[in-house]
Amino acid sequence: MINIIDVHKSFGKLEILKGIDMEVEKNKVHSILGASGSGKSTLLQCINGLESIQRGKILVDDVEVGNKSTNLNSLRTKIGIVFQQFNVFPHLTTLENVTLALKTVLKKSKKEAEAIAVEQLESIGLGDKVSVYPSKLSGGQQQRLAIARALAMSPSYMLFDEITSALDPMLVGEVLDALRNLKSDGMTMMIVTHEIRFAREVSDKISFLHEGKVLESGMPNDIIDNPNETETIKFLERSLK
Amino acid sequence: MDYTFHWYPAFKLLPKMLIGSITTIEIAFLSILFGIIIAAVLALAKNSSNKIYSSIASTWIEVSRNTPALYQIYMAYFGLGAFGIYVGSFGALLIGITFNNAGYLAETFRGGLRAIPNTQMKTARSLGMNFFQSFMYIIFPQLLRIVFHSVTNQTVWAILMTSLGVIVGMNTDLMGVTNELNSLSFRTFEYFSLAAILYYLITKLFLGSAHLLSLKLFRY
Amino acid sequence: MNFVSEFSVNDFLYMLKGLGNSIILTLWAVFFGTILGVIFGFIRSATGTLLNFIMGSILDIFRSVPLLIQLILINAFSSILKLGYSPFQISCIVLAVYASAFVSETVRSGILSVPLPFRRSARSLGLSYFQTLRKIVFPLALRVSFPTWVGVTLGVFKDTSLVLWIGIIELLKSSQIIITRTQEPLLILTFAGILYFIVSFCFTRVANQVEKKWEKYEL
Repeated sequence: MINIIDVHKSFGKLEILKGIDMEVEKNKVHSILGASGSGKSTLLQCINGLESIQRGKILVDDVEVGNKSTNLNSLRTKIGIVFQQFNVFPHLTTLENVTLALKTVLKKSKKEAEAIAVEQLESIGLGDKVSVYPSKLSGGQQQRLAIARALAMSPSYMLFDEITSALDPMLVGEVLDALRNLKSDGMTMMIVTHEIRFAREVSDKISFLHEGKVLESGMPNDIIDNPNETETIKFLERSLK
Repeated sequence: MDYTFHWYPAFKLLPKMLIGSITTIEIAFLSILFGIIIAAVLALAKNSSNKIYSSIASTWIEVSRNTPALYQIYMAYFGLGAFGIYVGSFGALLIGITFNNAGYLAETFRGGLRAIPNTQMKTARSLGMNFFQSFMYIIFPQLLRIVFHSVTNQTVWAILMTSLGVIVGMNTDLMGVTNELNSLSFRTFEYFSLAAILYYLITKLFLGSAHLLSLKLFRY
Repeated sequence: MNFVSEFSVNDFLYMLKGLGNSIILTLWAVFFGTILGVIFGFIRSATGTLLNFIMGSILDIFRSVPLLIQLILINAFSSILKLGYSPFQISCIVLAVYASAFVSETVRSGILSVPLPFRRSARSLGLSYFQTLRKIVFPLALRVSFPTWVGVTLGVFKDTSLVLWIGIIELLKSSQIIITRTQEPLLILTFAGILYFIVSFCFTRVANQVEKKWEKYEL
């Protein structure tokens, strides 16, 4: 379980997160909606320690992320994160992208690592692109590679930071399908997204972030069909046009 | 003109000069190898938020770029002596050229680092890799491709800079050998012309090999 | 008997004289080298493949052979032909040709970097080939080539240290002479380094000011 307790985060003088409280239960899908600048991406990057927080606590399976004695590197193997800008490693083949962390972090042998990698790549539909360099892959394929790379580490949690925002509309579908499959496999996921309909379809819970605070939180039907707050209504109106 | 060119004696000494060339290539490559490693450290140091590291790095870089290479070799040869460290001509030449390489390449590396999106580092760390692993497996290989051209240029400089060793007494590299042979028979023009041709060939061979290497390394 | 004596003000002046020689040599070499380089660069940018290739290869030779050997060869050549050039003149010639090889490359790429549309618009307005060159191409090419030219000039200044081999007492040689007498290598070399640094630094500063002035016209 991920516990986010009264988290405040500033960049210099600018406070981005102004007291976030959230709980993500095991095997559940939790989506986060909100306008640009509301702090959604920052929140995700605080969970795996890429960004530090000024106040509050983040606990992943009862391990505090901000605590100096926490081994961040090993904690990060439990949390998989996929970014908007794919961030595949351009100088490595598809297979090598996936096996790298398996070998260097999880200390798996080359054979083991490749077996795991091939399995992941096949289940995400990239089985035939194993020796190809990312420059030869489409945007959707690169994003799926990024997902496979994160999944190969067998994380307990997967965080998705607007992973379809940088994609051609044609390619969004294949990535969302991958997420649907993950959900049916029981993965615990936090999804930051602009795809409202998709969020409604897969989520167990939705939180709406506005100006650094959780304005509303609840079941997808409640939030999207019957929003309470004005800001939520405005946001949904704009997004669902 | 009452000077007759005697090319034949020059050619007879070709084997000795070729052996000298090996030393030349040795020094150049060692200096580039060490230079690259130090340059990577300097680049990271100059970028770091630690004021001491970045000042030391800046000083090194500025001194190496604003003073002559020969001066740097002199410093290694005469200056280190003040600290009781006597390195000899080979050592001074190597240290001087390495010092020079490191300073120039550090700036190249810094530019290259700027060209790599910081998201690469973020992603590597997110997968659980520590800083060293992230740098070695993700940043450095990409950096190498970006700076490859500059590094080959600097290597050419290094090859040519080895000729300065003769001024501090080197007699085993191509220049030193040529100079010694010259002092024995004063066929200055012929001997040094031959040496010039050898330097030219070494340089061109190197550039050709570097090009082939880049084709193999950077297939992506 | 002690032949080692202290470092005195005279010695410092001696070093300054050496520095002066380095600077004068640099000025002459860069002057001629730039003129030559501009001519070569222009020719190379305007001609077809064969002449370009030949010129390029010849100029490339000067960048692929150690400068020290070039000095020695021209020096030897001069005495063979009994031309009687002084070491100073020889250094000037060699450094100028050496510099021109680098300058020609940067001038060439500077000229080629001026987008063709600019030249086309100028010609369409009725400017002649040479007017276009003078008013449009050269100013823009100059902007692009300037930083590299500054680098080449600094390089020549540093390379003047090599002329000690053919007998000129520039900064480094004068330092060496004093070191032999005073046995204070670190002190003297540090002074020499500071002198090199100051000249380099000032020149770079002035160059930056010039570039800043031009930035006003940036597109």
